[in-house]
Amino acid sequence: MDTKPPVKDFATDWDHTDPQWVADPYPIWEELRGRCPVAHTNRYGGGWFPATHEGVTTIAKDTENFTSRTVILGNGRPGDDALPAPIGVAPPITSDPPFHAIARRLLLPAFAPGPINALEPQIRALCQRLLDQLGDQEIVNGGAQYAQYIPPGVIKHMLGFPEDDEDLFREFAHIIVEGVDHPEEQRIEEFAPIEEYFIKQIEDHRENPRDDLTTYLLNVDIGGQKLADEHIFGTMVLTLVAGIDTTWSAIGASLWHLASHPEDLSRLVNEPDLMPVAIEEFLRFYAPVTMARLVKHDMEYLGCPMKQDDWILLGFPAANRDPAVFEDADKFIIDRAENRHVAFGLGIHRCAGSNLARLELRVAIEEFIKRYPRFELADSAAVTWAQGQIRGPRNLPLRILS
Amino acid sequence: MRVSIDTEICQGQGRCFSIAPSIFDFDELGNGVVIGDGTLSEETMALARLAQSNCPEHAIFIEE
Repeated sequence: MDTKPPVKDFATDWDHTDPQWVADPYPIWEELRGRCPVAHTNRYGGGWFPATHEGVTTIAKDTENFTSRTVILGNGRPGDDALPAPIGVAPPITSDPPFHAIARRLLLPAFAPGPINALEPQIRALCQRLLDQLGDQEIVNGGAQYAQYIPPGVIKHMLGFPEDDEDLFREFAHIIVEGVDHPEEQRIEEFAPIEEYFIKQIEDHRENPRDDLTTYLLNVDIGGQKLADEHIFGTMVLTLVAGIDTTWSAIGASLWHLASHPEDLSRLVNEPDLMPVAIEEFLRFYAPVTMARLVKHDMEYLGCPMKQDDWILLGFPAANRDPAVFEDADKFIIDRAENRHVAFGLGIHRCAGSNLARLELRVAIEEFIKRYPRFELADSAAVTWAQGQIRGPRNLPLRILS
Repeated sequence: MRVSIDTEICQGQGRCFSIAPSIFDFDELGNGVVIGDGTLSEETMALARLAQSNCPEHAIFIEE
């Protein structure tokens, strides 16, 4: 295993997997905002990190100069011919205009508030079942025993996969989420059973259509043509990759906050009407998702000499802490009324699943604090945070108080 | 006083119709739409402004 040299100066040598960044990135971003709002690194073959709200939003909206061909920052660059053009591996997140609009247009109705809000009773029942299983244990793991299971349970239902495949599905989710740093060859090998299973599900749905997202994707047509199987498969993978550890992280981070801020927990328990604004503040303060882009061509941009294929790390969580946009940006204010946060990104790649993520987050927190109105961190040193582009607590031991 | 949404800018963040469901609704893609002609009263003005100040895309416009 190769070990990377520790970062000495994040302005000229940033690394989002550096232990200091993983443990507590917020002071680093604050320093960068004051020093050089767009930081550079030679790691990963070269890249830039805008630390301000303005820098992040400018690049997020600029699809002329930046491509979404790949959104996960790594050591290699996928060549144009490595992907089934023009779709990208996981449309629409990896698609650029003009194809992007087609891929997104067909997906959005399935994730619009109407169909998503209808899932509320089912999500609530899932949360209650998980809490029932925890019983009256004194210590419960808010990550590994609760948050982790909510998104896969919901998505499996949306895709219409067999109930009995719960364990298998969880294993797939684990492979996708935990294997991000594995070498390409290992990754292909790990993905083989997932692809095989999904293709089987696609075939089964083709023979036995039913009311779910898989059947919807099979029936959708673009200008009289059905979607290619690779497109359907890619979108299914997207729902897993983008829908699981993201929401799991948001739920976990919110529980972590409530466990360590008893005054906020007690307000939320006693003033349930605060929930909608509290959810937005959880999303702003603990935004889990950072996306990547590639620079399309050599250019001077935001005062930086960018080269073609340089990475851009789009830190939505950093934008959300910019005092130029948010009053008391580094304070969690549970009833913050004005909150223009960008936790779901912005521009044409706004998270397609944001309505579902919000619903899962709200219901998960509502049910947890209804069951356990008082809890605290059982061992704050034991809490581990995921590294990379999705930030959230994985091991989250909570002590339930009477 | 009138409120409107620029449909070229709106990306369906969903903040307006959550904050002010009496003023905004959503279409089949989940993008925000103004209910009726968007005329605001003294009472609904503050709510419209609150929705405006929460839109990450700056897609909401209010004519005085």
